[in-house]
Amino acid sequence: MSSAMYERMRANPKFQELVSKRGRFAWTLAFVVLAMFYGFVMVVAFNPTALGQPVAEGSMLTVGVAVELFMFIFFWSLTAVYVKRANSEFDALTQEIVKEAWKENK
Amino acid sequence: MRRLAQLSTALGLLAVAAMAYAGPPVEGALEKQATNWHAIIMFCIFVTMTMGITYWAASRTKSTADFYTAGGGITGFQNGLAIAGDYMSAATLLGLTAMVYTQGYDGYIYMLAFFAGWPIILFLMAERLRNLGKFTFSDITAYRLDQGKVRTMAAISSLTVVCFYLIAQMVGAGQLIKLLFGLEYNVAIFAVGLLMMVYVTFGGMVATTWVQIIKACMLLAGGTLVMFLAFSEFGFSFQTLLEKATAVHKLKDKLMYPGSLLADPVTAISLGLGLMFGTAGLPHILMRFFTVTDAKEARKSVLYASGFVAYFFNVIFLMGLCGILIVGQNPDFFEGGTVGGKLIGGGNMVAMHLAKAVGGNMLLGFLAAVAFATILAVVSGLALAGASAISHDLYARVIKKGTASEAAEIRVSKIATICLGFVAIILGILFEKQNIAFMVGLAFGVAAAANFPVLILSMYWKGLTTRGALFGGYGGLISAVLFVLFSKSVWVDVLHNAAPLFPYTQPALFAMPVAFLLAYIFSKTDSSVRAGQEIEAFEDQYVRAQTGYGAASASNH
Repeated sequence: MSSAMYERMRANPKFQELVSKRGRFAWTLAFVVLAMFYGFVMVVAFNPTALGQPVAEGSMLTVGVAVELFMFIFFWSLTAVYVKRANSEFDALTQEIVKEAWKENK
Repeated sequence: MRRLAQLSTALGLLAVAAMAYAGPPVEGALEKQATNWHAIIMFCIFVTMTMGITYWAASRTKSTADFYTAGGGITGFQNGLAIAGDYMSAATLLGLTAMVYTQGYDGYIYMLAFFAGWPIILFLMAERLRNLGKFTFSDITAYRLDQGKVRTMAAISSLTVVCFYLIAQMVGAGQLIKLLFGLEYNVAIFAVGLLMMVYVTFGGMVATTWVQIIKACMLLAGGTLVMFLAFSEFGFSFQTLLEKATAVHKLKDKLMYPGSLLADPVTAISLGLGLMFGTAGLPHILMRFFTVTDAKEARKSVLYASGFVAYFFNVIFLMGLCGILIVGQNPDFFEGGTVGGKLIGGGNMVAMHLAKAVGGNMLLGFLAAVAFATILAVVSGLALAGASAISHDLYARVIKKGTASEAAEIRVSKIATICLGFVAIILGILFEKQNIAFMVGLAFGVAAAANFPVLILSMYWKGLTTRGALFGGYGGLISAVLFVLFSKSVWVDVLHNAAPLFPYTQPALFAMPVAFLLAYIFSKTDSSVRAGQEIEAFEDQYVRAQTGYGAASASNH
C-alpha cells in the first residue's frame, strides 16, 4: 500500500519541485558554511599572522576574533533562515503532496 | 569534625554509592580540598529534583518508544536545550576555558570547529534523520540493507564511540569531584555510575531528556553569571580586557594569533573535519532527533541547540580571557602561591577558580554542582545510546529478528544500561592514572570515520549496498582506531614508545576517505541480486526521506 503511495507522490510534479527547490537551497547554504569555514581553516594553516592583525590602528580587536564572531552569528542566522523557509514553504508543499496522493488513493 | 564532615558528605551526596563502595572514604580524602558545602547542597537539590522527575518519568515509560525516544513527544525548544546539554559536557566548560587561558585565540578556533557542524547537520541531515529513523541511527543505515549485518556493524561502532566517550567523562568526573567536593575518586565514580543507572533504567529517555534540560539551563545561567561578573571588572570593555591580558600573558602579543595548537595545516584540516562530521556521527546526539514529533520540530531543535552552543562558546571565550588576569595573577590559586606555577587542581580548574574569585564560595559551589550535573547528564545520554544499540539493534533485530516483545526489549535495554554503568565504573577506575586527553578526540574520530560516512551515503547515495556499507563502516572504524593508536597521543604518550608510527594526532582526514572509498568500491562491484533490490528500494526510501510520509509518529499519551 505504502509503496503505491510513494509511487504516486514521486509522480506528482510538486514532488520534483519540492526536491529540487529544497535541495538547491540546502546545498547552497551548506556550501556557504563549508567554504567559509574551510577557507578560514586554510588561513589559520597557511597565513596565521593575518588573523592577528588589529582591525584598526590601536584597537585590540583582531581580524581573527572579528571574523570568527561574524561566522558564529552568520552561521546561526543561516540556520534560522533555513528553518523558517523549510517550516513554512517546504512543509506546506510536502503536505499538499501527501494529501493529493491520498485523494488519488480513494 | 573534618572527618565527620567528610563522612556525611559521602552519605549525604549519595548514600547508595557510599554503601556500594563499602571502603573507607575518609582516609586520603583528607588530602583533598576542604569539603565544599555549597556545592554539595546545590548538587543535592539537583539530584532530588531529577530523582523526582525520574519517578514521574517512570510512570510514563511503558513502551519501547517511551523508553528510547520519550514517545517522540519532546518539543523543538526542549529538545534544543537537551541537545545543547548533550553537546556541552564538563570537558567543554573546563577544557575550553583552560584552552583559552593558556593558548588564547587557539581556543576560540577550536570552538568554531565544534560549532560549525551544526548548520551542516541541519541543512543536510536533520529532516532525513527524523523522517527515516525510529529509535537508533542504524534504523536509517539498515533501512533498505541487510538488517542483521548492518545493524551489528552500526552497534559495534556506536558502542566503541560510547565507550571512549564514557572513559573521558568518567575519569574527568572522578578527578573533578575529588577536587571540588573533597570526595574519594572511587566514591565519585560509583556515585556517577549508580545515579546514571537510576535515571536511565527507571526513567528512560523522558528522565534523561529532563536531566539534560535542567543541566543545560544551569550551565547557561552559571557560565553567564561568571562571565558577567568577571567581565564587569574590566568595565565590559573588550579593549581593556585584551590590553591587560596580552600585557601579562606569557604569549604576549602572540596571544591573539593562531598558535602552536594548529601548527601544521594537515592537523588543522583534520581536526576541523573530525569535529564537524564527528558531531554528525555521535550516537547519543543522533538519537535526540527521534525524540521530537516531526521534521519541523527536529529543525527547530537544531536552531535552538546551535544558538545556545554558539552563545555559550563566546561566553567561554570571555571567561578564559578574564581568567588570564583574575586567576592567572592571583597567587591564591597557585600551588605554593607562585604566580605562573602550577594551578591548584591542575590546568582545567581555571573556570572554577574564576567563579570563586568573582563570586566567592557560593558561586564556586554552584559551578561545581553544575559541572557534576553536566557529567551525570552526558553519561546518562551516552548510556542510553549504548543500551539502545544493544537492545534495539543487537537483541531485537539481529538476535530475535524482530520477534521480541516490547517488554522483553525494554528489559534487555535496562539490563544493558546496568551493564554499561558497571563498564563505565570499571573503565573509570582503570584509566584513573592514564592521560585521557585523546579519548574525546578518538570518540569524534571514530564517529566521523565509522558512523558518518555510512549514514550519509545511505541517505544520499542510491548505489550503496550492504557489502559497501559493511566495508565502509568497518574500514572507517578500524582505520580511525589504528591511526590514533599509532599516533603520538597513544603510541608515545601512553605506550611510551620512542616515536609515533603515524605523524598526525587527528585521524579524520585520513580515516574518512578510507571509509568513503571502501563503501564506494565495494558497492560498485557488488552485482548480487540482493544489491539490485537494495538499489531499487532507494526510491521509496527517498520519497519517505523527503516527505516524512510513513515516518514514526509520536505515541499517544
